[in-house]
Amino acid sequence: MPTKPDDLEVDPAHVKPDTTPLDDRPVVLDVRDLRVHFALRGGFFDRLLGRSSGSVKAVDGVSFTLRKGEVLGLVGESGSGKTTTARALLGLAPITGGTVRFDAGPEYGGPVELTGLREPQFRAVRQAIQLVFQDPHASLNPAMDLATAVAHPLKIHHITKDRVEIDRRVRAAFERVGLAPVDQYLHKYPADLSGGQKQRAVLARAIMLNPALLVADEPVSMLDMSVRAKILQLMLDLKRDLGLTYLYVTHDLATAKFFCDTIAIMYLGRIVEIGPAAQIYADPKHPYTRSLLAAIPEPDPSRAVPRNLPRGEVPDAARPPLGCSFHPRCQAAFAPCGWEARDVNALLEQRWTAVAEDEYERERVVVGDPVELEAGLAARLPDTRAGSGAAVALLDEIRRADPDEPFWRGVRSVEPEPAGVRLEFNEPVDPALRNVGPVRVACHLHDPRFAPLATPLETP
Amino acid sequence: MTAAPVISVRDLRVWYGTERGPVRAVDGVSFDVRAGETLGLVGESGCGKSTLGRGILGLLPSGSAVDGSVRFRDRELVGVKQSDMREMRGAELGLIFQEPMTRLDPLMRISEHFAETLRAHEPELNSEEIDARSIDTLRRMGIPPTRFRHYPHEFSGGMRQRIMIALALVLNPAFVVADEPTTALDVLVEAQILSILADLKRNFDTSLLLITHNLGIVAEACERVAVMYAGRIVEEGDARQVFSDPSHPYTRELLRSTISLSTTALHYIPGSPPDLVDPPSGCHFHPRCPSAMQVCGSLDPVEVRAPSGQRVSCWLHGPDELIPPGGTAPLQRQELASADEA
Amino acid sequence: MTAASIAEPGGESILDTPPPTTSRPRGPFGRLWQQVKQAQGFSKWLLWVGAGITAVFIVLAVFAPLIAPYGFDQYMAHGVRFAKQGSPNGSHWFGTNVRSVDVLSVVIYGSRTAIEVVMLAVVFSLFVGVPLGLISGYYGGWLDRILVLIMDALFAFPYLLLAIIIAFLLQNSVGSGVLTAAIAITVIYVPQYFRVVRGQVLSAREEPYVEAARALGARPRTIMGRYLFFNVIQSVPVIATLNAADAILTLAGLGFLGFGIQPTQAAEWGYELQRGVADMGAGLWWTSVFPGIAIVSLVTGLTLVGEGLNDVLNPVLRKRSGRRVVLPRRDASATTLPTRQGDNRGRGEELA
Repeated sequence: MPTKPDDLEVDPAHVKPDTTPLDDRPVVLDVRDLRVHFALRGGFFDRLLGRSSGSVKAVDGVSFTLRKGEVLGLVGESGSGKTTTARALLGLAPITGGTVRFDAGPEYGGPVELTGLREPQFRAVRQAIQLVFQDPHASLNPAMDLATAVAHPLKIHHITKDRVEIDRRVRAAFERVGLAPVDQYLHKYPADLSGGQKQRAVLARAIMLNPALLVADEPVSMLDMSVRAKILQLMLDLKRDLGLTYLYVTHDLATAKFFCDTIAIMYLGRIVEIGPAAQIYADPKHPYTRSLLAAIPEPDPSRAVPRNLPRGEVPDAARPPLGCSFHPRCQAAFAPCGWEARDVNALLEQRWTAVAEDEYERERVVVGDPVELEAGLAARLPDTRAGSGAAVALLDEIRRADPDEPFWRGVRSVEPEPAGVRLEFNEPVDPALRNVGPVRVACHLHDPRFAPLATPLETP
Repeated sequence: MTAAPVISVRDLRVWYGTERGPVRAVDGVSFDVRAGETLGLVGESGCGKSTLGRGILGLLPSGSAVDGSVRFRDRELVGVKQSDMREMRGAELGLIFQEPMTRLDPLMRISEHFAETLRAHEPELNSEEIDARSIDTLRRMGIPPTRFRHYPHEFSGGMRQRIMIALALVLNPAFVVADEPTTALDVLVEAQILSILADLKRNFDTSLLLITHNLGIVAEACERVAVMYAGRIVEEGDARQVFSDPSHPYTRELLRSTISLSTTALHYIPGSPPDLVDPPSGCHFHPRCPSAMQVCGSLDPVEVRAPSGQRVSCWLHGPDELIPPGGTAPLQRQELASADEA
Repeated sequence: MTAASIAEPGGESILDTPPPTTSRPRGPFGRLWQQVKQAQGFSKWLLWVGAGITAVFIVLAVFAPLIAPYGFDQYMAHGVRFAKQGSPNGSHWFGTNVRSVDVLSVVIYGSRTAIEVVMLAVVFSLFVGVPLGLISGYYGGWLDRILVLIMDALFAFPYLLLAIIIAFLLQNSVGSGVLTAAIAITVIYVPQYFRVVRGQVLSAREEPYVEAARALGARPRTIMGRYLFFNVIQSVPVIATLNAADAILTLAGLGFLGFGIQPTQAAEWGYELQRGVADMGAGLWWTSVFPGIAIVSLVTGLTLVGEGLNDVLNPVLRKRSGRRVVLPRRDASATTLPTRQGDNRGRGEELA
């Protein structure tokens, strides 16, 4: 495999930052509709009979483009699929669908399609994509000293066997990441280093092969505050000096703001908002993005604790909510967002969390568990004392207590039936990413078809 | 608010033994926590804050030596018998751990967890009362009563942490130590838990010692804050005061290093936290302090009250009569080799 | 897994800062050796007593021709046949057995046999069991299932019976010497190494540094050899030692039952015991007691070493070195808020 000239000894003073506008730069990574679905292992009988019991759609149709020198931030909470996306790009997670075109430049022989590559061919590509992990304490082999560990990529890819050459490159890498004086660090073991030093060693190892793309999965979240800035600055310096392109995976929007050119917010396997960083922070469009920004703790005591946080938590990825996955938590959710029987359950739970014990006891016996009638179109809430109308009364009571509850915007009609109450919902629509100015958002609030029905978002 | 403090720590020292010598994890710490107050204990990893939290509750491993005084409601905790401590833990002293995923027994229902705790400390309750109390506490944490009999694995991480907090609070302890309760959680869940903790005073009248490395959390949830460095508290006072006008250089540098949405430039503290076996002489922070003076390298700083009201241990604030002549000249020291950088 | 970091309850490592540059262990086994050197208290006693006993037997084994007064098969000297079943006396410290052979010599040469067989067996088991465990744990799938099945089957067999069968089968091809015994014992113990190594590999496989190695593009054999190997063999020294102790017993068992090494090829304690049992009825104790003591001693010695190593190397058992910490008295008197006396360490005078 032809290698690029050794860039590790470029003098930073002579490097000019790349000022070409983002859109004119060559594309390094082109991801279209990436899917990573994990089949669930069902119960014993399911496995015996060979039945599949559903799948976890960890990544469900993710598309983005990464250009040379760009830093794309994949932001999301746990369960959003951001780490799985990163791992899929590195061949560490199986790609179930979509395409990934990777173009590391002419030295690597042009663009390569990463999906469907067998492991031996992928290994050749690995020179050009490197990974920095989250946990610095576990990313280095405890049985290898630093010099061996950092030099190992050269050995693995048979770049050179010349000891002198290897030594020279290792030293250059150590200098570049700031592990100096080099001699002091060459023979240390990971157990002797602090978190920040380990992360530097990992970065040194990552740049040994002059990769075109560096995927960093939460590289600073496990480091102390005073160290984070150092490592981030180092990563920025490496980007400038070596012309690296970054995919920065994180849940921390604060560091992402500093580091990224483009931000993609992920929720439950999909991108819900993507666009230039400046835009996203100045004017977030998706309710999830807004709440993420509002929730970042700021060391500014004049700021009160945010009170209008989305309720609940990230749902189970094996059974995502209908329509927009965020709707059960969204304060601005309305008619088309995808209402179903599970939301009735959530409504009842919320009610019973708020009322006193005896009220709960009384109401609990009135209704049974909601039953899905037609996916997303109707549900029945069984009335245990059939025909008494108690269930309808309960629903009315709930509605009176909190008329602003988004659930009611999704309900088209409430009809008493002999067995209980029939709730008809508005038809669920899966939000797709649409252009809204310079960003793309997957939210019905910004869909002109539905906009008239929406309640305006409050500014946080 | 002139009532006696619930917890009063004076000159607490907790040292561990290792092959290289004793580790001075906590080296002379003093503070008070009043009823219903939340004190944030903030510091980076290795400063001894976790050890301090557990030291107050007597949860230290064998081989550690404790010295000093911890008065809890007129009772001295240092040196008290383990069996007495066990009685107090849960009922009067609570602890909330960092990792909610692994602290609940996966084979016991949540109801059983509560029953076990309540029966151990309040045996006179019958099962209905136990259930009622448990459900009520859970409700205040936002856990619906329909899930009372579920197993831990049926809850998400954030809910499990709420259950942990409920378990810690069901016996209405007067003082709770929360050791990094939100570090393992996502940012939205963290914000939810923080609002619960911020409401603790209103609902339970509990005093809380919130240990964390995240300054933002402290600013949101705590009335007072104590900043810890290398086993000592360097600054302590009203949270608003400390954050808007920090007196100690470490606090100032730490605030500047914190990356938030309003950060415009990356700032960090050169060097790395000191080795607790052999900490630097005098003020432990002097090798990294941009304002270090001659005296800082040789004399331990004396705790004084800064003009803005907080307690601070820094020679920059005097007392001047204790500084030897020539001590205020800037400290000459070698450029911190990048080898010392973390 | 690591030696130096001591994690305090709650996960905060108070030794997160790098310790001063002391002499770091060279090479991967250096870590293990350093831990051994740092043993103290009960474990240290275990280790060194056990090592001492074992060393005695090793010396006996190596220098047998020099130490033993007679050959292991020698029943006469200078043309005079030794007394048959003679009691211990000046020229035969341990007496003679029914074949007129000096018991002391038999015991000494027996240790040579025992050490030989056991060392061979342990080495064979390591070379078979550890790589199989690595491969099986790393690749998983069909290979893993088949190997686990085989190993579990071997493990389930009563071990002595299995050894007898193998010794019996090999008698015709390899003969009934040291090698046969060693192979028979190897087969019994391979499953142990396999299991332990496989278990460690299964958990180490998910560690980030292994994933990092894959992300770097390392081939499986590189990953197994450089990344996994040194991190999964932590338990192997302990198991090897304890297995060696057990192997001595197995060998003696084989010999006792007549399936072991024949007396014409080498002296063997188990065989001597079997012969000595008949003598017991007649009140002749020295032909069985001395070989018996030898067996017990060597097994005990090896077991002590094994348990001592376990205490030292196993991080779960290793008691936090609770060195007694004595807090120095302080000069401070008043301790009330907000001011208190600073504790001067007497260095206030030296200011530049």
